[in-house]
Amino acid sequence: MRAVREMSSGIPSNATSIFDVAALRRDFPILQTTVHGKPLVYLDNAATSQKPQAVLDALARYYAETNANVHRGLYQLSEASTRAYDAARHKVRDFIRARLKCEIIFTRGTTEGINLVAQTYGRQHVKAGDEILITHMEHHSNIVPWQVLCEEKGARLRVAPITDTGELDVQAFQRMLTGRTKLVAVTYVSNALGSVNPVKELIGMAHARGVPVLVDGAQAVPHLAIDVLELGCDFFVFSGHKVFGPTGIGVLYGRAELLEEMPPYQTGGDMILSVRFDKTIFNSLPHKFEAGTPDIAGAIGLGAAIDYLNHVGMDRIAAHEAELLQYGTEVLHSIDGVRILGNAAHKASVLSFVMDAAHPHDIGQMLDGEGIAIRAGHHCAQPLMERFDVPATARASLAFYNTREELDALGKALERVHEVFG
Amino acid sequence: MGQSNRALYEQVILEHNRKPRNFHAMEDADRRIEGHNPLCGDHFTLYLKLDGDVIADISFEGRGCAIAKSSASLMTTLLKGKTVREAEDLFVQFHRMVTAKPDAPIDEKAVGKLAVFSGVREFPIRIKCATLSWHALLSALRGTHSSVTTE
Repeated sequence: MRAVREMSSGIPSNATSIFDVAALRRDFPILQTTVHGKPLVYLDNAATSQKPQAVLDALARYYAETNANVHRGLYQLSEASTRAYDAARHKVRDFIRARLKCEIIFTRGTTEGINLVAQTYGRQHVKAGDEILITHMEHHSNIVPWQVLCEEKGARLRVAPITDTGELDVQAFQRMLTGRTKLVAVTYVSNALGSVNPVKELIGMAHARGVPVLVDGAQAVPHLAIDVLELGCDFFVFSGHKVFGPTGIGVLYGRAELLEEMPPYQTGGDMILSVRFDKTIFNSLPHKFEAGTPDIAGAIGLGAAIDYLNHVGMDRIAAHEAELLQYGTEVLHSIDGVRILGNAAHKASVLSFVMDAAHPHDIGQMLDGEGIAIRAGHHCAQPLMERFDVPATARASLAFYNTREELDALGKALERVHEVFG
Repeated sequence: MGQSNRALYEQVILEHNRKPRNFHAMEDADRRIEGHNPLCGDHFTLYLKLDGDVIADISFEGRGCAIAKSSASLMTTLLKGKTVREAEDLFVQFHRMVTAKPDAPIDEKAVGKLAVFSGVREFPIRIKCATLSWHALLSALRGTHSSVTTE
């Protein structure tokens, strides 16, 4: 029952000032498991992250002790459930330093957040001849919703280019902001390359032209401390499961002035104040955008993940990951025939690479035999793969619980790949 | 490299991956078909020259993983001079083998050299890699489409 008691305070088992990776790893049950008889080396954190016991316990405890629908019952359980759900929203607000709790909308994930903005704000504001500006390093989820909107409206999707090192061409971006630009949608951190975009600067450029900006924060939130007010973004979206929380929960932050003016995305229960057959009055924020019974447990799980991260410390996470990234880059450079894609000056801990001798799928397969989990494929960024003229890459994406020893294991396994396929 | 991976990456497969046979475009092909695996971005073009119902010449080009590439390579070596019917029969046997349970007996007489792909049975996700070029072939022989995809 030790883990449960620790969880109840939300404090991870290393409450020391030193970044004790070994102790942190013990908070993650899956990191204690083996694959093909070998210790799991999990390096696919950009796809999804592993969950600390505190999150698992929060989910189990919610269903075991608090489960009831929110915003409905007058009985104690429903009140407790509503309080816990509301507390999770509070935690998210503080985590990304938003101003108001009602600016935090719970979604299913990043994809739903982007679609919500495209289908509400986008449909309301984008007209024929207008432009939406994105970048060449966007994930499909920050391309296709805008493409669909542009097709519907007769608007034009414009794509700011990137350099060979995988950095956004900021000057080109600025030139592509025109009087026709109605919205900018840009990723904070590239999932496929790790490049960190200068979003604050980009937002400044867009705002100078009166253009609102949506930031895709899915890959940023696990690595960087987020301050939406300092960034100045109008919308910010991320997924719970990439930030050590459960799947099925995500967040859309929007400035209240914008959210207030936007029509609802989905309609139904909970998002209404009153329904009559001749007229329905929509509920206030954030409920206007949360039709139906929400993912209560997911939100509470995300809240537990945020508590956990706050205790570990985002600054310490960033410092550890920077060191890991540098070490991992050296490990990859030491192997014959390995080429890293994405060499931005400012990078999150993502190592995307190709090998002369072996296709990414064969690399992934070989590494799996060693218990090492990486992603091989186009990373839902096909335009980016085309940009670098590769069908796919192998990607090792690191989290704060990864270690140098794991990167050594990666290097050793890649040397073996080189031997077998070379 | 793990027991299963050793079984998957047979020497014959690695060798065909390094030096694929009939790996070139064919300008005077009768039929040309694209094979895609959208999930991994793999892409091959298959070229065929037919003499009546006999495959007079066959070649391919493109890029993909070792399983996909070596399967296409080995396929081209086995089918030159075969009839359309023989090619279809061989695919049926091959498909039966790679989609069987990992411990199922292998009919070596029926699949011949293609038995080297029996390791795929352990990795259902790789079946698409092994069969991509074959699906393209069947489609080309039937002349129904100009491209096929695994999805």
